[in-house]
Amino acid sequence: MTPSLLYAFAGVLLCSLGLFGFIRLAHLLRKLLAFNLMGSGVFLVMVGLAQRDGEPDPVPQALVLTGIVVAIAATALAVVLIRRYYHLSGQATLAGPAATQHGTAKPVVRAEDRS
Amino acid sequence: MMRLLASALAIAVCLVFAGALAAAVWQIAGTPAPVSLPGLLADNLAASGVEHPVTAVLLNFRSYDTLLEIGVLVIAGIAGISMARTTSLEDPELRTSDSLLYALQRWFVPLMLVLAGYLLWAGSDRPGGAFQAGAVLAASGVMMRLGGIPMPFLRPGLLLRLGLALGFTVFLLVAVASAAGGEAFLAYPKAFTKPLILAIETVLTFSIAMVLLALFVSAPVNQALEPEEGDPG
Repeated sequence: MTPSLLYAFAGVLLCSLGLFGFIRLAHLLRKLLAFNLMGSGVFLVMVGLAQRDGEPDPVPQALVLTGIVVAIAATALAVVLIRRYYHLSGQATLAGPAATQHGTAKPVVRAEDRS
Repeated sequence: MMRLLASALAIAVCLVFAGALAAAVWQIAGTPAPVSLPGLLADNLAASGVEHPVTAVLLNFRSYDTLLEIGVLVIAGIAGISMARTTSLEDPELRTSDSLLYALQRWFVPLMLVLAGYLLWAGSDRPGGAFQAGAVLAASGVMMRLGGIPMPFLRPGLLLRLGLALGFTVFLLVAVASAAGGEAFLAYPKAFTKPLILAIETVLTFSIAMVLLALFVSAPVNQALEPEEGDPG
């Protein structure tokens, strides 16, 4: 077990944890965090595997750097969308009307009602 | 019962996924690479115009990725802005009345601006570059925003649009110009490699910081009846 393999398998672990959270967690912010965890796992696999001979490979590092920046922008956009969704629908999950009857949703405050 | 079953199913799916991924990683680690990318890079580093291999990959050998990346960022920024109404900077709710933040801000903002400039310049021969510098620049913008310093260029208007599109536009112009000049798309002319890369990195830094800052500013969704930033009166 070389250190590079250790990094790669840690990335695999992060990926599956993120996948589990993405499937099972209902809250949209948690889903987003889980999805980010998956992305971090992919980055770790790429950077970890590429340093096979003990020295880092600049090409995957550059690709991962690009990926990190895109992931940040996508996360920020997702947060904007989630807040907009919460603002319009009053709930932070994607569950249908059946789930909202159990009191998971907060009272709806629409912009139109206030004006 | 149903929840338990769903959880078990999800765990099973994740275990299968992890197993397949681990097997793939193991197989990749076992096979020797057909081409030594670091060696190839080291051989061609002198032709790239910069001394740091990561920067050389980002802005010369794989500059196509970087061009598309800044395109994605601009689209994300525009989508984020169009989703939300930005409240006025004078809104007292947006200001933090934290005196520690005010005190620290006076020290940190100039320091962070200098750090961003250093990171941008350092990218040519050591770790650093447009993305790190842009992130630091955006962070100092976030701090200024939290401290209530008015930043009129964030209002939806000409300056914001220019700032968002500047990096992508300049990058695309360089790419098209080199293609029109007889070289390949995105192949810089040999004599101007370093100045071109430096210019692209500078505008990229501005645009990345602008996109991240605009996304931060547009994140709070407020009631529609509140005055929008840039509205007269």
